Order: sequence, then structure tokens, then C-alpha cells
Amino acid sequence: MIPELGHYALMLALGLALIQGIMPIVGARTNDPVLMNIATSTALAQFVFVAIAFGALTECYVFSDFSVLNVYENSNSAMPLIYRLTSVWGNHEGSMMLWVSILAFFGALVAFFGTNLPATLKADALAVQAWIAAAFYLFILATSNPFVRIPDAPFEGQDLNPILQDPGLAFHPPMLYLGYVGFSIAFSFAIAALLEGRIDAAWARWVRPWVLGAWMCLTIGIAGGSYWAYYELGWGGFWFWDPVENASLMPWLAGTALLHSAVVMEKRGALKVWTILLAILTFSLSLIGTFLVRSGVLTSVHAFATDPTRGIFILAILVAFIGGALALYAWRAPALKQGGLFAPISREGALVFNNLFLTSACATVFVGTLYPLALEALTGDKISVGPPFFNSTFGPLFIPLMLVMPFGPLLGWKRGDLLGAAQRLLTAAMLAAVAIAAAFALEHGGPVLAPFGVGIAVFVMAGAVTDIAERTMILRIPFGAALRRAIGLPRSAWGTAFAHFGIGVTLLGIVGATAWGGERIAAIKPGDTLDLAHYRLTFDGQFNRTGPNYRDVVGHFTVRRMSGELIGAMEPSRRTFPARNMATTEAALMTRGLSQIYLSLGDANPDGTVSVRLYFKPNVLMIWLGAVIMFFGGGLSLSDRRLRVGAPRPAKVRAALQAAE
Amino acid sequence: MKYLHAVVLLTALLAPSSVWAVQPDEMLKDPTLEARARALSKDLRCMVCQNESIDDSDAPLAHDIRVLVRERLKAGDSDAQVFDFLVARYGEFVLLKPPLSWHTAALWGLPPAVLLIGAVIILVDLRRRRTAAQASEEKANLTAAEEARLAELLHGGSAP
Repeated sequence: MIPELGHYALMLALGLALIQGIMPIVGARTNDPVLMNIATSTALAQFVFVAIAFGALTECYVFSDFSVLNVYENSNSAMPLIYRLTSVWGNHEGSMMLWVSILAFFGALVAFFGTNLPATLKADALAVQAWIAAAFYLFILATSNPFVRIPDAPFEGQDLNPILQDPGLAFHPPMLYLGYVGFSIAFSFAIAALLEGRIDAAWARWVRPWVLGAWMCLTIGIAGGSYWAYYELGWGGFWFWDPVENASLMPWLAGTALLHSAVVMEKRGALKVWTILLAILTFSLSLIGTFLVRSGVLTSVHAFATDPTRGIFILAILVAFIGGALALYAWRAPALKQGGLFAPISREGALVFNNLFLTSACATVFVGTLYPLALEALTGDKISVGPPFFNSTFGPLFIPLMLVMPFGPLLGWKRGDLLGAAQRLLTAAMLAAVAIAAAFALEHGGPVLAPFGVGIAVFVMAGAVTDIAERTMILRIPFGAALRRAIGLPRSAWGTAFAHFGIGVTLLGIVGATAWGGERIAAIKPGDTLDLAHYRLTFDGQFNRTGPNYRDVVGHFTVRRMSGELIGAMEPSRRTFPARNMATTEAALMTRGLSQIYLSLGDANPDGTVSVRLYFKPNVLMIWLGAVIMFFGGGLSLSDRRLRVGAPRPAKVRAALQAAE
Repeated sequence: MKYLHAVVLLTALLAPSSVWAVQPDEMLKDPTLEARARALSKDLRCMVCQNESIDDSDAPLAHDIRVLVRERLKAGDSDAQVFDFLVARYGEFVLLKPPLSWHTAALWGLPPAVLLIGAVIILVDLRRRRTAAQASEEKANLTAAEEARLAELLHGGSAP
């Protein structure tokens, strides 16, 4: 009964989406407020029905209803409650349900909070949102229905894939999807602006909070996925340039560019046409990411060809939305008015530089991810594009970006003073030089370029601090006055500084963990010791442990300083899941400041020894700490007064809007 | 099932029964040679895995190639010779960093091309719009006759 209810609610949501996709557009063209207002009520109702459908599926998982095929295939009654919950989206059908739920949620938010939007813009944007929703409801109902029943219900389910049985999964996919889908709002507003044929600075002000929110979620989602891979996969890597990772990185890069170009548009009325294009591209990349991950095309071109229904359906959605949006853009964009002149050396100029390099980096990831697929499909040649390619192309694009980043906020709008900015960054540059020298003096081994990486990271961090110091005039005026200035600073200025600082922190973590980490791979017996960095680990032996739906073989290690002082114990394990006959390694992590000792246990060898992998990862936690700081910065910016108070009232806006045609 | 792995960042294929890459018994006694072997391994693909280097993979094939790489190094091969040997045996697919050739020209060329073309477009657009603005400014400037007429109108307006 419950699954059927969910199925029915999803169909009703599709019906509502179809109404929402047509009526408000007609209303906006005929200037009929009744038809336009349909968008608000249908968007809210759609969310209610999708929530019912998602709730129904969740109910089936929580109470282990194995008569539902999807639950049978991906759950097990022995799993703890949290994994029965997370396995709702730990599979294809369920994750698509999560996708549409978030889409409907955002639609409802626009409908509910968008009271100060011009009526036609709101109607058009919600209608576009409904087209996207309708396409994905159809996709779920036609190819990926999670509510299909099995005639003879089995007693037990097949269990969730063991590597997905992790608390990280409770958090990573929803955050990632909040990011992906959040960009749909920017897309819908961009299409609505093109349909209306007019756009102004207020548009950027309406769209920016959505972009910022989506960017925050995507940032923390990517970082969460990276941390999950780091501790779950057992060899301490944090980024693999895997196509699935790249699929989430591309919208992040484009979204970061969009965030910056929207600032120019809001403050100076320039880059309007480009911002619209970026909004379209960012969501398109989110769709492409969904396609890459969902269609199976990544496994191989042939896997895609053997079961093409889902892939071709998403491909059709892709072509329709991206192609349609770009065609509309090509048709209407030339009519949009450009505005806001600026000199090359200016805040705008720095933000254009940012956009150029972020877009190029995004194009690099795009071509690197899709080129092997395209080449194989066209010529049959198989090539691999892996981490070495991305490191040697992506890196050089990011270095100039990082070097210019501290200058941007110090330059004035319209015409900036490069020399003045450079003078104010002198302290930051000197700190960076000291850091480079210190890195050369203190660290031995590692790549020659690594100290310069440290230098860039310190420059970025010190640059962010300089920005705030300049704005508060600290050290130049009495402390109390500087404090008052600091409190009076717009939160978005603090947000910028925090986000930029976070980038520096992440870079410092990446350089530390990759350049100066240590590694020991050994086969050891109980009583043996392993030395690494400043630590000595003694292997005390192995024992068995039983979990709710798994068995562990645990190795016990005592960790001491080289001086003999006891620090603690580490217990890595090999975990076997009988339901799927699969095993995972559960690495043990010991945090020392911002660094970590990472230990994973391998198989027992015939001669009685056990293989172990021990790493020392200096500053590795900074990688994710930086992302958390960026997230926090985004949050500060989001709470800025001008976004909280919202855009100007409609009446004022209408007077300010200028028709472009 | 085959879609399941795609939910999270990495694929299920990355976590097979034993999550092990380089085994202690594979490693060479000579630390310099072993370091070279590890560096080479990071640029070589395990062909039965998804985008994994042989250094990270625990597939039997990856093990075989790791051993092969170490054998070649022990025999005195240079890094380039090891790559050539493996490409001859397994094809270019084994290299994680595709060499520059006709069919990878677009791959390597696109990133700098996007950057250059983007920069040119921005500069041209900036210049075009500034000259356009200057032109309209000049147009907006009044001729001497117009100035006189304006002054007359302004003064005339105050005392009709």
C-alpha cells in the first residue's frame, strides 16, 4: 500500500509539473496574474507530493519491506537504522528520487520566498523549473521506478554495498545533490530572463543567494566525498581525478566562476550576457555529471550500449535542455544590453581573469574526462587520461589564479591601482617568501616545487588577511575604532576573505600531504615495530570482532613517540560482509594536530606475517578544513544584509528595468 | 547493481575483496630502483580497472605489471624503455598520461586554446566597447554653437 501511494504521488507530481510548465508561461505572455500565480501553488503542491513519494520509499527501507524490488536489492534487515536510511539514496532509483525531491524543494523555496520577484520573472522561472522536474519524473517513472514490487517477497534483502555502509554516505550525496540541483535555480532564472528578453543588475541580486547556497553545498559535498575516499578506500589518497569526481568538480568550477561574475553584474551591471551563459553552463555540467554517473557510459562505451534505455533517456534530457538553452541564448542574448565599462586593471578585470582561468580549468577537466570516451566511440582507439594529465594541465591553470586572487579584493571598481595593491600585499609576499625559505630549510626530499606551493598558499592566506586588515585599517587607527569598522564591514567582505583563506588552507594541506608524507609497506609479525616520521608502532596481534552485519579481523597496534612515550593505540581492521561476500578495509586514523597517522591492514600471508600499510600525512586535515572554511565564508556572505533584506521591491524594480528590445 | 557504485564519488570496483596495492613481497631491495618503480607505477594504468594506476590497484593484472616493471628496471632499462616495452605489449591504453600525437592533439591542445581564445575575445571586446564609449562620448560633447544655444536657453529660462 505504502509503495503504491508513493508511486501515485510521483505521478501526481508529474501532472502538477506539466501544469506548472505551461500555464504560468501563458500567463506571463498574456499578463494574466491568475495564470501566473498557478506557478506558486503548483510548485508548493509538487513539493508536497514528491515529499510523500520520497517518504514512502524511506518507509519501505526503514521497515525493510523486501516486497519492493529496490529495497530487496539494496538493503538488509540486519543493517543499523542509519544505513537503512542512507541506502534510500545508495542506489540508482533512490538517488534519482533524492534528486527530484531536492529539485521540488528548491522550486517550493522560490515559490514561497520569491514574493518580491517581478511576477513574470517568477512565473517564467518556476515554469522552467517545472520542465526540468517533469523530465526527471518521467525518467524515474519510465526507466527507474523505485516502487516496483516482487510477486513473492523474499525474507531477507541483499544488503547495501559494503563500501557505502559508512556515515559519510548519510551526508555526501545529499550535499552534492543540493549543489547540483541548486544550480538549476540559476538556470531557470537565466532562461526566464532570456524569455523575457531583459536583464538587469537586480537579476544578479536575486540569483546570487541561490548560486551561493548551491556552491556551499557542492563545496562541502565534494570535500566530504574526498574525505570518505581517503579513509574508506584504504590507501590514503584524497583525490583521484576519477570521472565520477570530475563530474562534481566541473559544476563546482563553473559555479565558482558564476559566483564571481554575478558579483560584477550586481555591482556594476557588466558581464550580463556572460553571466547568463555561465548560469546555463553550470547547470548543464550538473546534468552532464548526472548523465555520466547514471548512464553507465563511464564503465565503458560498450556497457552503455548493452543497456541503453536509461542512458539514452538522460542523453535526450541533456540534449533537450542544454541544446534548447544554448539555442535560446544564441537567439536572445545579442538583444540584451551590455553595460558597465571598466579598465583592464580593476576589480572587474580581476574577476574576468578569475572567470577566464576557472572556465579554462573547467574545460580541461571536461576534455580530459570525455576525450577517451569520444575517441573510442569515433575511432575505436583506447587511451587513458589519468591523474598525470590533470596534474600537468590543471595545475598550471590554477597557479596564476591563486597568485592573482589576493589582488582582486584590493583593486577598486572601474579603475584599480595595481601598484597600490602590490604595496599593500608586500607583507603577504614577504610572509610567503619566508614560508618558502622555511620549507626548503625544514623539509628534505619531496618535489622541488613543493616549497613554492607552500609559498603560494601562504600568499593567498595572508592576502585574505590583508584584505580585512586594509578594510578595518587595523594597526593604523586605534584598536577600538578598527574593531568598530570590522563589525561594520559587510558580511560579504568577511565571506570573501574567509573563502579565499580557505583555498589557501586547502592548498597547504594538499602540498603537505602529497610532498612530505611518509609511507611504510611491510609484512610484520606480532611484536614487530614500524618506524615512521616521529612515531614507532608496535604490532601486538590480531583478534576477531563481530558487528551487526559484518565480521572484523582487527589488528592492535601501540603507538609511541620515538622517545618511548606512549601516545595511544590504533586498530585497523579487515571487514567481511557475509550477505554480499565482500570485504573492505577499515583504516585506523590517528590525528596529531592537523596531521594524521594512517594505518591499514592487509591480508595474512602464508608465513604468518600480516601486510600493513602505514602512512604519515602531514597537514592532511587542512585539505578538508579549508573546504569547511570556504563553506563558512559562503554562509557569511549569504547572511549579508543586502541578500537577507532581499532585492528591491517590485514597484521600484519595474521602474529600474529597461526593456532590451 | 551496476549503477550502485555511481552514487558516491568512487566506484565499487575500487574496493574489491582485499584493498591492497603494492605488496611487501613485490618490492625491490634497492631503494632507488624501488622508488623509480613506484613513480613509474603511478603513471601506468591497470587495464581491467576503472582509471586506477597499477600502484593503487590490487587486481592480479596490476600485480603482474608491477612485477614486470621491476624486472625491467632490474635488467637496467631506463624509464622511457619501460614505458616503450609496456606500450608495445599492451598499447597506449596503459599510459595514464597519453603522449602527444595526432589523436591526442585536441586533448592536449584544448586547455591552452580555451585560455588563449578566451583572452583574445576579452581583450577585443574590452577595446571595442571602450572605443564605442569614447565615440558616444564625443557625440555627446556639444559644439560651440550648441553650447551658446544651451547657455541662452538656461539664462532665458530663468528670466523669460
